[in-house]
Amino acid sequence: MKQNFGKRLLGALAAGFVTLILCGPISGIRLDGYEFESQFKIPLLFAAAVTLLRLLSDFIPWERVQADSGELQPGPERFGALSRTAFALAIFLVAASLPLMGSKYLLSISIVALIYVLLGLGLNVVVGFAGLLDLGFVGFFAVGAYGYALGAKYLGLGFWGALPAAALTAGLFGAILGFPVLRMHGDYLAIVTLGFGEIIRLVLNNWLDFTGGPNGVDAPPPTFLGWEFKRSATQGGTPFHEVFHLDYSPLYLDSFVYLALLSVVGLSIYGVSRLRRMPIGRAWEALREDEIACRSLGLNHVAIKLSAFSIGASIGGLAGVFFAAYQGFVSPVSFTFFESALVLAIVVLGGMGSLVGVVLAALFLTLLPELLREFSDYRILVFGIAMVLIMIWRPRGLIRMRRPYFPQEGA
Amino acid sequence: MASHTQALSRDPELLRVEQLSVRFGGIVALNKVNFTVQPGTITALIGPNGAGKTTAFNCITGFYKAHEGAIWLRDRDGQPQDMVQLQKGYFGGTHRVARAGIARTFQNIRLFSEMSVLENLLVAQHQLLNRNIISGIFQLPRFRASEAGALETARYWLKEVDLESSANLLAGSLPYGSQRRLEIARAMCTKPRLICLDEPAAGLNPRETEELAKLIQKLRGTHQVTVMVIEHDMSLVMGISDHVVVLNYGEVIASGPPDAVQKDPKVLSAYLGTEDEG
Ligand SMILES: Nc1ncnc2c1ncn2[C@@H]1O[C@H](COP(=O)(O)OP(=O)(O)OP(=O)(O)O)[C@@H](O)[C@H]1O
Ligand SMILES: [Mg+2]
Repeated sequence: MKQNFGKRLLGALAAGFVTLILCGPISGIRLDGYEFESQFKIPLLFAAAVTLLRLLSDFIPWERVQADSGELQPGPERFGALSRTAFALAIFLVAASLPLMGSKYLLSISIVALIYVLLGLGLNVVVGFAGLLDLGFVGFFAVGAYGYALGAKYLGLGFWGALPAAALTAGLFGAILGFPVLRMHGDYLAIVTLGFGEIIRLVLNNWLDFTGGPNGVDAPPPTFLGWEFKRSATQGGTPFHEVFHLDYSPLYLDSFVYLALLSVVGLSIYGVSRLRRMPIGRAWEALREDEIACRSLGLNHVAIKLSAFSIGASIGGLAGVFFAAYQGFVSPVSFTFFESALVLAIVVLGGMGSLVGVVLAALFLTLLPELLREFSDYRILVFGIAMVLIMIWRPRGLIRMRRPYFPQEGA
Repeated sequence: MASHTQALSRDPELLRVEQLSVRFGGIVALNKVNFTVQPGTITALIGPNGAGKTTAFNCITGFYKAHEGAIWLRDRDGQPQDMVQLQKGYFGGTHRVARAGIARTFQNIRLFSEMSVLENLLVAQHQLLNRNIISGIFQLPRFRASEAGALETARYWLKEVDLESSANLLAGSLPYGSQRRLEIARAMCTKPRLICLDEPAAGLNPRETEELAKLIQKLRGTHQVTVMVIEHDMSLVMGISDHVVVLNYGEVIASGPPDAVQKDPKVLSAYLGTEDEG
């Protein structure tokens, strides 16, 4: 046990050291005029965090699969349902206290990061679970975003009504995409879905009368129980700060969007992790592993594929609503292929199916470019190199998908 | 009336294959094949490589559409049901044949390799479980009961094929012989009435083959399923089967009890390759 601890400490220190080397040059050096200014506070902080996490990782209740032995380890069951819930709740509360830091910048990048977490969760259902390579996922994001903006413009749809409506519409689009590609696999599927994403963008771009074309559409800011978060009410509600007799602060809107988004992300994580342990989720994974075997067991592969497409798409649609509500404006330029590629990178990097992995990868891939602001010219380059390196070192992604562990009978 | 009952009892076959023909381009893989499978028997399908055995299985289990012919499976009420028709229509297909009660294994093992052994068996029970989304997300009692039952069935079959200790291993990490047994257990989890095993002994060592023979007999004896088996291992075939159908170049050249088939000159020449066929 003691020896074990020493080993663990060494491993943790090594991880911290590697972080220091990796992050040092990236975030530790700032250009100041013609001079380099070294700032080792940030990488040191990073390294300390990694070391600590690594050290504590054995006490964090998540399941792990031992490298490649194929043997599953007893995971969170070891910790019991109660401590797992407590752990999830603690993370949620810590995340929910972010607005208290009072930084608009921090809030806005966190919102963007969470939107990508949601997108990653959605695409993870399609690519990670069902194994259907979808390169047009941004299409569903667009459906959600435009669904809110256009719904508000033409139907007077509010933010809270738009969430389920957009999820349903995007889900329907997912099923529509699913039908023509039912018989396709791999590369062919990728090309067709790529086309589908582009078609949606082109329609949005060219249907001037309805979507405003390249000029985009305004999306109203979200409200809650009739409270508005602007300085003065524009949608017939009362401003939030007046209800509570507070001074106006532009942080209110961001905080509200952030908290609402965080809750939706939390619910989605719960929902998706439940789905995995339900017949439908197992069927998705079985379909990814072997479609022919699935059919021989009486599984209707058509229904299973369509359900994966539409559930994934509806999560993407939700992300779209938040995007539109937060930006206050949508236009086709936000929905290019690059976004699809980024979300796919999140899923692949995260470990194809691992929820923790997807969340971490989404945070990593959206927050890292923020930290790399000074290097904005090389951002995509660094990003690409990081992807290549990770694929070489960890071809299965950062975190390998964990499998539900079934304890021995009577144990 | 009496003669009618007599006809039924004389001919209670579970599966009847009639005039089944399949062509791949110029190749005639099956040519007007006829045979029947009696309930509660072990029927072996043998023949040289490329004779069309797997093709026949693929038709019976709904993977290939026959160009001609019919495949009748007696349903639970004793009524013959045409499997070829089940594949047709937009909502038809292999899965409907499987749901009618035909399960199978594959010549090249097809497990869900990146899923655990137990999960493989849970997927197989998909049709029999509570698949309500709401019920599953909120883990309502109905859902829990259904999952607990599935887990129990899965464990039962793990015990039957002697893989209890591997429940939480990834299926792809099992040794070859265990994978074969797992595939049989998975097929059995669909609660079939007819199970089609495509070369289950391929790649097994003699001891494993012996255990497999016992397992197949147990499927028929204890679990009351009818077994069809394609096999090249003649001692296994002759040891366990009640009825043997011999295919050669897509045609049935002999069928009957194993000892009779074994002596049939047409069968001998097909296997030894002499040229005295008519
Ligand atoms: N999908 C296919 N497309 C084209 N030809 C096929 C296909 N499936 C089978 N065949 C051909 O049909 C013939 C019968 O093949 P089949 O696989 O049924 O043989 P088999 O009796 O199972 O042989 P083995 O003992 O080698 O498994 C072979 O000539 C094969 O090449
Ligand atoms: Mg074969």
